This record gives sequence, C-alpha cells and structure tokens, in this order.
Amino acid sequence: MLKINNLHASVEDKAILRGINLEVKPGEVHAIMGPNGSGKSTLASVIAGKEEYEVTEGEILLENVNIDEMAPEERAHKGIFLSFQYPVEIPGVSVTNFMKTAINETRKANGLPDMPANEMLKLIREKSEMLEIDRKFLSRSLNEGFSGGEKKRNEIFQMAMLEPKLAILDETDSGLDIDALRIVANGVNKLKSKDNAVIVITHYQRLLDHIVPDFVHVLFEGRIVKSGGKELAHELEEKGYDWIKEEVNA
Amino acid sequence: MTKYTEDDLREELKTKEYEYGFYTDMESDTFPIGLDEDVVRAISLKKEEPQWMTDWRLEAFRAWKDMLEPEWANVNYVKPDFQAISYYSAPNTKPKYDSLDEVDPELLETFKKLGISLDEQKALAGVAMDVVIDSVSVATTFKKTLNEKGIIFCSISEAIKEHPELVKKYIGTVVPQKDNFYAALNSAVFSDGSFCYIPKGVRCPMELSTYFRINQANTGQFERTLVIADEGSYVSYLEGCTAPSRDENQLHAAVVELIAMDDAEIKYSTVQNWFPGNAEGKGGVYNFVTKRGLCEKNAKISWTQVETGSAITWKYPSCILKGDNSVGEFYSIAVTNNHQQADTGTKMIHLGKNTKSTIISKGISAGRSQNSYRGLVQVSSRADNARNFSQCDSLLMGNDCGAHTFPYIEVKNKSAIIEHEATTSKIGEDQIFYCNQRGIDTEKAIALIVNGFSKEVLNKLPMEFAVEAQKLLEISLEGSVG
Repeated sequence: MLKINNLHASVEDKAILRGINLEVKPGEVHAIMGPNGSGKSTLASVIAGKEEYEVTEGEILLENVNIDEMAPEERAHKGIFLSFQYPVEIPGVSVTNFMKTAINETRKANGLPDMPANEMLKLIREKSEMLEIDRKFLSRSLNEGFSGGEKKRNEIFQMAMLEPKLAILDETDSGLDIDALRIVANGVNKLKSKDNAVIVITHYQRLLDHIVPDFVHVLFEGRIVKSGGKELAHELEEKGYDWIKEEVNA
Repeated sequence: MTKYTEDDLREELKTKEYEYGFYTDMESDTFPIGLDEDVVRAISLKKEEPQWMTDWRLEAFRAWKDMLEPEWANVNYVKPDFQAISYYSAPNTKPKYDSLDEVDPELLETFKKLGISLDEQKALAGVAMDVVIDSVSVATTFKKTLNEKGIIFCSISEAIKEHPELVKKYIGTVVPQKDNFYAALNSAVFSDGSFCYIPKGVRCPMELSTYFRINQANTGQFERTLVIADEGSYVSYLEGCTAPSRDENQLHAAVVELIAMDDAEIKYSTVQNWFPGNAEGKGGVYNFVTKRGLCEKNAKISWTQVETGSAITWKYPSCILKGDNSVGEFYSIAVTNNHQQADTGTKMIHLGKNTKSTIISKGISAGRSQNSYRGLVQVSSRADNARNFSQCDSLLMGNDCGAHTFPYIEVKNKSAIIEHEATTSKIGEDQIFYCNQRGIDTEKAIALIVNGFSKEVLNKLPMEFAVEAQKLLEISLEGSVG
C-alpha cells in the first residue's frame, strides 16, 4: 500500500527526515514512536503533502504510484487521511457541511456523482452512533470551541466518513480522557479491514493497548532506528528512549 | 509536489474574465453628454412629468451646482467629469409587452446570460420582477396578484403619472434633495427606478424584486427607489445588479428611500455585482449610493446587502428610528478584490424611545483592495433605553489588501446601551491545508471558509437570493489566497 524509500525532507532548509524507509501493507497497523522532535509529525505531514515541507531525496509510493508531485487534495482523493494533532477551526462551517463537501469533492475527483442526501444522512447517523457522537455536535462550527477530546473524536468521525485506505493518526490520544480514548480506539478498530492500513503516531503505550499494532517503529533524529512487534512499545514504556539513543550513538 | 503558488493564483485571476462582461447591442435613445438646467428639463419632458416634478428636479440641480463632492471616504479615484456624462438613455424598443414573446430577443438573451431570464423568473414561485435595463423599465410581471391586494409596484416614472399624490407626498422626505452631493445629483437627473406602496395591514405575498443593469456606454445611471409600507404592512424587497464590462468608469448614483409607518416592516435585500474593473484596476463602476429608511412607531427596517462589485463603493444604508420601539437592522457582506475600494457601513439614528438597532458587517478583502466599514450609531437625548449591538468582522486574504473600521458613536442619553465588537482574521495556510487534506481543493476551501465567515449575513437573505449571493462570493474571490 505505502512504500517510503530513503525519504529526506526539510523545512526552511533544515533537514528533519534523513532517510526514512517504511513499508505498510494492507490490513496492517504500524505504530511510530519516538521522543519529541524526532520527526514523527513531519513524516505525517510529508505523506499528506503539506507544501512547506520539501522532499529533498527519496520517494513515497502509494499503491506503486509515486505521489511526490501530487497536491494534498489529490492524495486525499487517493485515500490518504491524516488525523491532525491540532485540528484547525473553521468558523461558520458546520461539521456536516464540511463532511458533505469533503465527500462530494472526493467523489467528484473519482468520477462519481454527489452522494444523495438520504445516503449522506444515513452515513452520518451510522458513523456518529459508532463513535458515540451527539448529533447536535455535528451542527456546530468545525472545531470552534471544541474541547481537546471533541476535536480528536471529530477527526476520527471524519475518518469514518471518508473511509480512507491509509489513515495516519497523529497523536490522536493526546487530550483524550480514558473513556474517549476507548471510544476512539474502538472506532478505529471497527474501521480496520484487510484492505486498509493505519499508521499510529504516539508518544505513549496507552493507545496501543487499544489499537494493537503489528509493527512498532522508533523514530530518532529523522530515521527509523528500531523496528519490532508490539512488545517494543511495552519496552519503550518501561525504559524510555534513552537506551535507544545510546544504541544509536554507540 | 505540484505547488499551487500565489503566483499561479494571481495569473489565473488576471486571466479570469468578468463573468457577466458582455454588452447588449440595442438601439437606444441617448442624450448628448453634459448637464445644465436644459438637460434636467429635457429629462423631465422626455418622461412626460408634471410641472411639480420638473421644479423639484430643478431645485435639486441648483443646490447640486453649489455642492462639493465629498472627500472624507477612505477611497482614491479620479473624480468623474460630470459634464462628460450623458444623463439619459432609454432602450428604443420601449413599448409595454403583454407577453415575453414580444420582448426584444436580444434583451431576453441578456437575461439568459445573467441567469435571470424572465421565463425562469415567471416560473419562479412568488417572485415579481420589475426589470430595469438602462433606466427604463420594460417589463413587469405578477402585477395582477399585487393589484388584488392593492399593492402598487411599478417604475417611479409610472408612479409619478399614476400616483402623483403618493410620490409628491413622500419623495425626498427621507433623503432630501440637498442631503449630499450625489443625492442632489440623483434628484436632478434620476432616469427611472422603482416605486412600491403596500396598503395598511397588507402583507405582501411575494418577494418584490428588481434587477438593475447599466448598459449603454458612458451613461451614468441614476436610479430612484421609493418604498412606502403603510401602517401594519410588510414587504420584502430584493434588488440585484450586474453590469457589463466597460473601459470607462461608469457612474452610478442611486437614491433609495424607505418609509415604514407605524407597525410596518420593510426588508430590503441587495446583491450588488457592478463591474469591478479589470485586474489592473482599470474601468469599473463608481457606486455612490444614498439609501435611508424611516421607521415610525413599532416599525422595523432591515437592510441586507452583499456587495461584491464596483471599483468604488460609497454606500451607507441607514435607519432613522423616529418612532418609539422601532427597530433598525443592517447586515452586510462587502467583498473587495484586485484594486476595488469599498467604504460602506450604516447609520443608526435613534430618536424614539426603546429603539433597537443591530449591525453585522463582514468585510472580505483580497488582492490589493481596500475595504472600510464606516458606521454611525447616534442616540438622541430623548431616546430613552436605546440599544445597539454592532459587530464588524474583517477577513483578509493575502498581504497586499487592507481592512479598516471607522465606528462613530454619539450618545446623548445615559440610558443607552451600546455594544461594539470587531475582529480581524486572515485565512490561514493551516486552514487551507486542513481542507486540502480532506480532499477539498484550495478554491473550494476558500469558498467554504468565506461562506462560513459570511454565514450570519447570508442567512438573512431570502432563500433564492442567498444561493445567488453565495455563488457571487465564490466568483469574486476565485484565485485569491494568501
């Protein structure tokens, strides 16, 4: 599904990613962990196509197609979804209206007609129930005045609505209390299938108790320095990142 | 990555033609350029007006000659040469039509381009049209339904002939001839416009709608509108404008007077889309408008405007809250792009007791445009318990445009409560990227953000107008992200 080869990226001439290699196959869940400033969020932004990041070397392939030249919306149309660490506010635009626009723009790009209103309503009902979202919430302006937890739950709601092939969850657990964490994780698990894949970016083990990864990668100074199974996450939780740093520097 | 840079956007914007930039080639009867008393008399004669009207015009003209063009607005432009303008132009094909089949096909074609063909309009439930093309109204529909209710809705020229008592009694009572430079000019030379009278206790069953167009090259358009809502009546009035592309600056100086008698309500909505000039700021309409309404006891006047066009806009729809418990409202979206300049706002004059006013102004600036809100809230000494709430929000797109707010507050009564809120924001790259990531391209993202920003005002427009206004906002801001 996703293949990243020797990816180097910089922002304002400052190199942040220095040779990332990663392959994600359909049906897999990958966790990316690492200390602050290791480049986790940059990796997410670069995959999504944020323009302020410049890819200086390497390539990103989605289903064997190089996406380096694609605009962010084209990548979205191809099934890449990013759950933002800090979702932005858009005053006056309701969650429903935003989703309707996003879904129909994606359909348009893929040669499909607008989704009929009744189908849209059914989808909204289904997904909001799955994520235990109060329907009143959907009439509110996007992220305006939302609590941290509401913002994150709204991201996962959007993911559920858009049914992406590859979902990248960038610190979705931050700002969530334990109940919200469970609901969000359940949502992600329900959306998982053999055809899609998830990359979970997190600092902590606790989200990974709910969304169990097939692979865990440790990002440090712009490179993946260690990969393993879910047990690696436990090890990191116990021992912190210092031993990894020592290993790298050794 | 395919970067959609600001440069690309600018290029696209430059090449974007004015959507409604076409010109209808119809024979017309146009006066030579220049203005003096003889021209004023000739206009009056042409329109077969009674002597009192001619005298009224002449009185205005004499006052205008001694007046100076105002300079306090935050706009820069080359002042029009008032002697280089023709003051009258009427389509030659003037006869009244019984059916659409008789209408000049070219005119129908024009309507089609505007998306307001009479065919459609006739079919559109509940919208009566008084179409003003180049100063003379050539078609009126739904008259019969209105007649049954005793509602008068016709051109002002017709009203001067058919209902002189009403016109004579009310014209100039809200906007006097000498009110300001442009109002005086309009009073002297107004070519046509609309007249509306709603009898006591009648609720007008449909939205009354007038479309204005400037068509003939070099013809200033001087519309005069008078709406009278008698006691306890209600009317919703829509005014929409588009104008063809033109190199010379076209002058538009309209006067609109609203009179809401005791317990009456007037809702006046405008979508203005005069040609704004090209990307270099050449051409475009100068729009100097005086709009004012008078509220008697318990009356209410709401102005809603969506201003996307004109090179220069100078416009302050106002309410004189004369009667006790009267209510004035002003909801405005003003969009400026390229080199457009807008100085617009409102005046709420609280004279009666327990009077209330609300001002919601949304200014959107893009390109190198300048967008100013100028508003006055005045509470007189005898206006006990007056209330005003004002909210002025500005949205900036790019780094070369400007937003300005000039609120004036004059309060002479201690019981008044006045609130003023103002915000300025800029469409952020983060907002755009967020939308992009959800599959929404930059153009659409801007439209979405702008519509969200303008929502409180768009919601005040009648349904079919709101859709049109939303489209206009998108057209006006295409390719203008910063």
